[in-house]
Amino acid sequence: MLAFTLRRAVQAIGVMFAVGIIAFSMFRFAGDPVNQIVSIDTSAAERAIVRKSLGLDDPVPVQFVRYFADAAQFKFGVSYQFRQPVSALLSERMPATLELAICATVFAMVFGILMGVYSALKRDTVLAKLFQAVSLIGISLPTFLIGILLIYLFAVTLGWLPSFGRGEVVKLGWWTTGLLTLSGLKALIMPSITLGLFQMTLIMRLVRAEMLEVLRTDYIRFARARGLTTRAIHFGHALKNTLIPVITVAGLQFGSVIAFSIITETVFQWPGMGLLFVQAVQNVDIPIMAAYLLMVSLIFVTINLVVDILYTVVDPRLRATVGRAT
Amino acid sequence: MSDAVVSNSDRQSTQPPHARSWLSRALDSDVFYSFRRSKLTMVAAAITVVFFLLAIFASVLAVQNPFDPAQLQLINSRISPLWTADGQSPFLLGTDEQGRDVFSAILYGMRISLAVGVAGVIFAGALGIGLGLVAGYFGGAVDGVIMRIADVQLTFPAILIALLVNGIAKSILGNRLDATSMLFVLVISIGLSFWVGYARTVRGSVMVEKNKDYVAAAQLIGLPAPKIMLRHVLPNTMGPILVIATINLALAIITEATLSFLGVGLPDTMPSLGTLIRIGNNYLFAGEWWIVAFPGLALAALILSINLLGDWLRDALNPKLR
Repeated sequence: MLAFTLRRAVQAIGVMFAVGIIAFSMFRFAGDPVNQIVSIDTSAAERAIVRKSLGLDDPVPVQFVRYFADAAQFKFGVSYQFRQPVSALLSERMPATLELAICATVFAMVFGILMGVYSALKRDTVLAKLFQAVSLIGISLPTFLIGILLIYLFAVTLGWLPSFGRGEVVKLGWWTTGLLTLSGLKALIMPSITLGLFQMTLIMRLVRAEMLEVLRTDYIRFARARGLTTRAIHFGHALKNTLIPVITVAGLQFGSVIAFSIITETVFQWPGMGLLFVQAVQNVDIPIMAAYLLMVSLIFVTINLVVDILYTVVDPRLRATVGRAT
Repeated sequence: MSDAVVSNSDRQSTQPPHARSWLSRALDSDVFYSFRRSKLTMVAAAITVVFFLLAIFASVLAVQNPFDPAQLQLINSRISPLWTADGQSPFLLGTDEQGRDVFSAILYGMRISLAVGVAGVIFAGALGIGLGLVAGYFGGAVDGVIMRIADVQLTFPAILIALLVNGIAKSILGNRLDATSMLFVLVISIGLSFWVGYARTVRGSVMVEKNKDYVAAAQLIGLPAPKIMLRHVLPNTMGPILVIATINLALAIITEATLSFLGVGLPDTMPSLGTLIRIGNNYLFAGEWWIVAFPGLALAALILSINLLGDWLRDALNPKLR
């Protein structure tokens, strides 16, 4: 168990190291940092001074170590377009993205499980067929089209919900939240649905398949034979056993949710990290791109590591096989 | 299903397969039989074919060339679709802010979306198949390195990788980046985001195939490794590759549309469906819904039918489901 955890941790560090090299090469070689700082009519001598003050004359490995050491302290340099430290920009926008991602995941879990259980138990009803059709469309439609559709329905035509921004936010220390004001909550609804829809269909299909699988097993038959109520069998026994893979998938998908929030944030002009990243790509703002890559990779790698380890804790059968496979 | 298999083998026994034409063998195959059995698949295939034809013959079918500023007249701007009260002929689906006919723009946009999608799939396929063949055939350290990269990349969503490649290409090319070179950047971004699926599948099949006798025979008569890989091993891995390529086409089109929608893909002067949706989105609040609705509908229908085709192909080529 310990060996497995250690091996996984070493792998995770390896991945972060590789991502670090990519981020550093972007930062250092794609676009000259000096050109972004000085104006066009700066003389060559002055450019050399700037170059030296930034440490760009040092050997590349030295620069890499410095970049890594800085990144470990969340110092990612200065944004070209905003002229502000990247870390300040990111930390200012991180609460918006995390709040959106969490709301989307909760939405996806609640509705995905409900719809999945329903379509497994009442397989041949019209509603279950409708859910299946909706899930096919949910997987096929690009996220931004769903967002536009929602905006047209609920913001333009009905005027119920705001089409952009976070509404009023409340400051809690360095964290800002929209969960405590009415306008903030209203602003969260459409982006959360847009972002969570894909995950919802995924969870729905998974719960449906797992439920159908579990309902065929012997212990469900014995539970029926014991005369337990249908409700106790379905929810106390069957559903409980489908939840382990569901939680795993939802956990692993959380990283994707954060990455896909790039699209949702652009559609709804949500002031989060994703919107910042898209603006950075548009304006070739390399420090922000590199920092975003590092941050998102860190989140991804951590989630994968935690899920892997938790999985072996929950299911001892995996320990032996996983250990042998690698 | 089993009846068809029996009748197939009956006919084959009376007539050797090589005596019949390629077409009659294809029409007689199990895959075509399952195609004819599924109405949904036939509809999806029909829609896909129609979209491809519309895209190919865009310049014939369109009432104007939406890329040519000389053909656009501001007097024709913001006309609503033909069947509404303010509709005007020949603008079937209305016009946008610059007097561009939405129907023509969709045809030309579809052409670009499909071209980028197909080129992206081919690039991703060539890269993935090549690396997968090499990794599976040689094994050892080469295999280790390629598959580790694939594993790492698989943790990241394709759209994020496409965005990163896009940003790096932009910063390297700088001001030299025009609409045409943007096409290549998009194809490369998509290719680099989707090669992993092919590489893993091909590697898996190659590792099974390479221990079979025909490969040993080919090695014994002294054929070079590239020739064995391409001429003898690769054809036996084509089934799953075809399925991945179909599903990937839908993903590639979505990715291109998403990048263009985010404003980092094709510019307004060379709009794909995604660009058209981004442009139209700005007029949604003015009530001009048709500028965004029809490109969106076209994109959704295209992706849905390709996805349905991919689903069907996966089931049809999977012998376990027969």
